Amino acid sequence: MKWSERTLIGIPYLWLLVFFLLPFLIVVKISVSEMEMVSFQDIVTWVDGVLNIRIKLSNYLFITQDDLYFKTYVASLKYAAITAALCLFIGYPFAYFMARARASVQPALLMMVMLPFWTSFLLRVYAWKGLLGEGGWVASAFDALGVDTLLMAVGLIPGPGQYLNTPFSLVLGMVYTYVPFMILPLYATLSKMDLRLLEAAYNLGATPWVAFWTVTVPLSRAGIVAGTMLVFIPCVGEFVIPELLGGPQTLMIGRVLWDEFFANNDWPMASAVAVVMVLLIIVPLAWFNKAQADAQEARR
Amino acid sequence: MSEASAEHSGYLVIEKVTKDFGGQGGAPLFRAVDDVSLRIRQGEIFALLGSSGCGKTTLLRMLAGFEVPTSGRISLGGQDLLSLAPYERPINMMFQSYALFPHLSVWDNIAFGLRREGMPRAQIQERVEAMLKLVQLGKYAQRKPHQLSGGQQQRVALARSLAKQPKLLLLDEPLGALDKKLREETQIELVNIIESVGVTCVMVTHDQEEAMTMATRIGIMSEGAILQVGTPREIYETPATRFVADFIGNVNLMDGTLAVDEPDHVEIACADCRHHVGHGITGHAGMKVSVALRPEKIRISRRAPGPDDNPVAPMNQVQGRVRDIVYFGSHTVYNLVLPSGQVLKVSQSNTERHPDDQLSWDDLAWAWWSPSAHVVLTQ
Repeated sequence: MKWSERTLIGIPYLWLLVFFLLPFLIVVKISVSEMEMVSFQDIVTWVDGVLNIRIKLSNYLFITQDDLYFKTYVASLKYAAITAALCLFIGYPFAYFMARARASVQPALLMMVMLPFWTSFLLRVYAWKGLLGEGGWVASAFDALGVDTLLMAVGLIPGPGQYLNTPFSLVLGMVYTYVPFMILPLYATLSKMDLRLLEAAYNLGATPWVAFWTVTVPLSRAGIVAGTMLVFIPCVGEFVIPELLGGPQTLMIGRVLWDEFFANNDWPMASAVAVVMVLLIIVPLAWFNKAQADAQEARR
Repeated sequence: MSEASAEHSGYLVIEKVTKDFGGQGGAPLFRAVDDVSLRIRQGEIFALLGSSGCGKTTLLRMLAGFEVPTSGRISLGGQDLLSLAPYERPINMMFQSYALFPHLSVWDNIAFGLRREGMPRAQIQERVEAMLKLVQLGKYAQRKPHQLSGGQQQRVALARSLAKQPKLLLLDEPLGALDKKLREETQIELVNIIESVGVTCVMVTHDQEEAMTMATRIGIMSEGAILQVGTPREIYETPATRFVADFIGNVNLMDGTLAVDEPDHVEIACADCRHHVGHGITGHAGMKVSVALRPEKIRISRRAPGPDDNPVAPMNQVQGRVRDIVYFGSHTVYNLVLPSGQVLKVSQSNTERHPDDQLSWDDLAWAWWSPSAHVVLTQ
């Protein structure tokens, strides 16, 4: 490899090393250290010819013992999975028709998907508080349509007209925020698809519906995986949306992390929670990378 | 309609089919296929031959159901095709780009159509194995299309289109994506496979050699219309129009007037020579006609032809100056400039390795031809 190539690849690697791997290792170190007032005890000490290595695993043990953590991890994964599934359900048809629309209108449709990014994310999520709160436009519309009885029957809201600070408002906010991240990779793969393959499928006796499931969906797998990961991963650790739109029922790991750091001031415990969360995210990410590589192989 | 009468009047019947594109919202109307009628017999390989944009692919796509004719009727074995959706038609197509499913193995590509029929698993297995054997790809069953060469992909595409045992097979530029050497080998192999299966076949090509070697009959298309239908030999030796004569192979076209019109022969006066044609034509003296002469039917020499060579001299012969000599190995093409300035192409087989009396540039040479060599074209 030439030095110029090494530099080009090296700079982002260096960036990740300094600003991701190193801080992560510090977090790992803190998670196994003892807190001494405002500083941490060193893990490795050398006193009078005695080498001491103190690795405190009680934080991790505590995570497995106290079911608060387990429950919030499960809740985080659950809400992230529900959000990703809903985004896929909403985003796929959208991306599909966008990719099949006339070439002249596609840029405009794409623009509309990205338009929300032009205003602050915080502002947009906060706006939902007004829309879903008592007397809010969306809340009134839902009341008029009888959506609240339906949601109550499913157990997503506690009482009629109470949309805010429920699992419903949380998932609504997350789907609203993350659906563009699903649409964009799906659109990218669907618009690249060779439409002659669909003609070939019809020619071999596949109805449009069968051709969709046997040709279009398998060929857009890379987009489905990419979109799902782009939604799922940030949703697991999401803090702002649960804070603004979630309620007492929807405690997620981001909130627990916040409390450990800033309410309890227990940095080792908070670090342990964070490390476990990263591990929870790395597993699907590794699967995603492998799926991407496989898809790449199949395309060539 | 009974099977027998359907066969008599054509198996695939295309009747007055027209296809217009555009015409809505002020877009200019474009007639891709113009009042085409064809009757294709069961078991024949019919080639639609024409340059790009002549409407041949649109016609093929209408047979497959991807395009709907603006007007006209299409039926196959007495069954109306236009009322059927593409996936309901007993027709399979081999696409120009092959359109193999990239996410499926060779085996699954071939089985795709059979699975849609809901065929039992064991029967699918049997049919796919038979198809793989037919195209000699048994070893590659588990490969993905991108792991195959162009020729192998072409054979997978053929196997996939034959697997359902269609009543009609459509081939869209079947060999277009292969290089020349492979194309020649594949042409004959493809015909052998299609004939062994016995399927009726319509192919589309812009390559006249491909059409000549593969098809039992050829339809020449231009600007959406069929100009002539016939066997390869009929098309080549008796083209009906100037366009067809010019389109198929090389030809010398000379314009002239009908000078002598007898039942057993005619004479045509052209700028450089007088043609003696050994058969009568329907026409009248003084009528404008064209004479088409294939280069390989003309003899060329430094010496003037004797009475044995040319019994109708001084007709059917001309003297000119050699301008170009193009050596092709098997034959040589001479471009002879005639007194009027017209260039006469003459092709000679190279039967000897080192002929004694070789023509060279700027030589004066005689060219002559027999009374049965020409085709007289009135349109």
